[in-house]
Amino acid sequence: MSAVDQVKGFAVTFRHLFRKPVTQQFPEYKRPVYPRFRGRHRLHRHENGLEKCVGCSLCAAACPADCIRVVAAENDPAAPVSAGERYARIYEINLSRCIYCGYCEIACPFDAITLGHDYELAEMSREAMVYTKEMLLAPSPEPRRTPVAPVDPFDIVGGETDQ
Amino acid sequence: MPDGFIVTAIKSLVLVNLVMLTFAVLTWVERRLIGRFQVRLGPNRVGPIGLLQPIADLGKLLHKESIIPIGGSPFLYLAAPAISLFAALSVFGAIPFGEEATIPFTDYQIYLYIANINVALLLVFALGSFSFYGFLVGGWSSSSKYSLYGSMRAVAQLVSYEVALTMAVIGVVIMAQSISLTGIVQAQDRDGIWYVIPQFVGFVIYLLASTAEVSRIPFDLPEAEGELVAGYHTEYGGMRWAMFQNAEYVSTIAFSALASILFLGGYDGPVLPGPVWMLIKMAFFIFIMIWIRSTLPRVRYDRLMTIGWKVLIPIATLNLIVTAALVVWI
Repeated sequence: MSAVDQVKGFAVTFRHLFRKPVTQQFPEYKRPVYPRFRGRHRLHRHENGLEKCVGCSLCAAACPADCIRVVAAENDPAAPVSAGERYARIYEINLSRCIYCGYCEIACPFDAITLGHDYELAEMSREAMVYTKEMLLAPSPEPRRTPVAPVDPFDIVGGETDQ
Repeated sequence: MPDGFIVTAIKSLVLVNLVMLTFAVLTWVERRLIGRFQVRLGPNRVGPIGLLQPIADLGKLLHKESIIPIGGSPFLYLAAPAISLFAALSVFGAIPFGEEATIPFTDYQIYLYIANINVALLLVFALGSFSFYGFLVGGWSSSSKYSLYGSMRAVAQLVSYEVALTMAVIGVVIMAQSISLTGIVQAQDRDGIWYVIPQFVGFVIYLLASTAEVSRIPFDLPEAEGELVAGYHTEYGGMRWAMFQNAEYVSTIAFSALASILFLGGYDGPVLPGPVWMLIKMAFFIFIMIWIRSTLPRVRYDRLMTIGWKVLIPIATLNLIVTAALVVWI
């Protein structure tokens, strides 16, 4: 490397001094994501308001991080929750374990779960990272927080399932 | 008439506080500037355009736990940052920011330096090297191999570059025929030329060697984080670490002040008052140092020694001989 190259190096850095910074100021500017970006999951409803999820647990079976917990229950024919015979009484995703691979989306036979575009998922506690069905069903981009895990021993995440 | 004891004390207090303030602002300026050099923004969250960042940093550092390593020497461990900072700060006692000034609204005259020493240059370099005792003692008393390596490097680097630095400066001394800093400024005024032009070689050597003296990139081998964690201040945290940083930045400011006096005519300049010129020239040198930092990578250790002994010292010697010959025969 000759002395001329050294001087050229200084010229390069000096030119960069007058360029517009490329920094994206995150909380003020949110960078748009690509259409197939895999962010936080969302559960969907049919147009008549019934949930698409029938509680088959295929997503939970496909999940490599084992972060999905589904507890199904029979639909009441008078007031059905989902379009099938059964529905997901509990549907929880532990987002602190999720690796956003999208296998749940592929496994789902009813397109009930998809990965959305939300990526601001920081929380103050581990408990808050467990998203409940109400939160996952809520229309994006504002996930409405509902209290996680009612005080029912069978509803505690990671405990025994009641099936 | 020399200033009395009280006036000198007040001047020292003001100067030390100004230097500390400059240090605080300089940390911000450096990070902002390097940000812009790298096409980023730099810190801009705390206060308007990030100006309160130094205060936030200070708050963080004050809350850190103070640790004294087991097996080290507690007294020396605690004294080391103070030695460095003291040496770095005391350099300013000899640096003139102007000659005489009248305090506004009074007719009281003060000198814009703390001490006008006739061998100021000698004192400045002695104190500049003295701050390396802090680095040496700090690294040695930490009882950590990385710290010790860092301080060994610091001292080896000092020994190599001090020679070139002094030789570069002697060129200026020969031309000015004075070793007092005010004398050198007056000599440049008398000769009608800033010594950066006739002593350009010396100027470049000074820039390189003083960068090594304050151990900034590309010569920050004593604290090369890639190989030595943090060099001599590996075991230091919180405000003690901050004092080492402070010493380094204060040395940077001091060497910039010295460079402006030796090569750019110091406080001498048209229209504007002396101290303002001095600050402009110092800012210029600090900008150059930041520019160097954002351009060059750290040199390898053997190259550092090669540059010092095989390049800078021969060129400085040659420059010295030529200058002496020209001054004598022309």
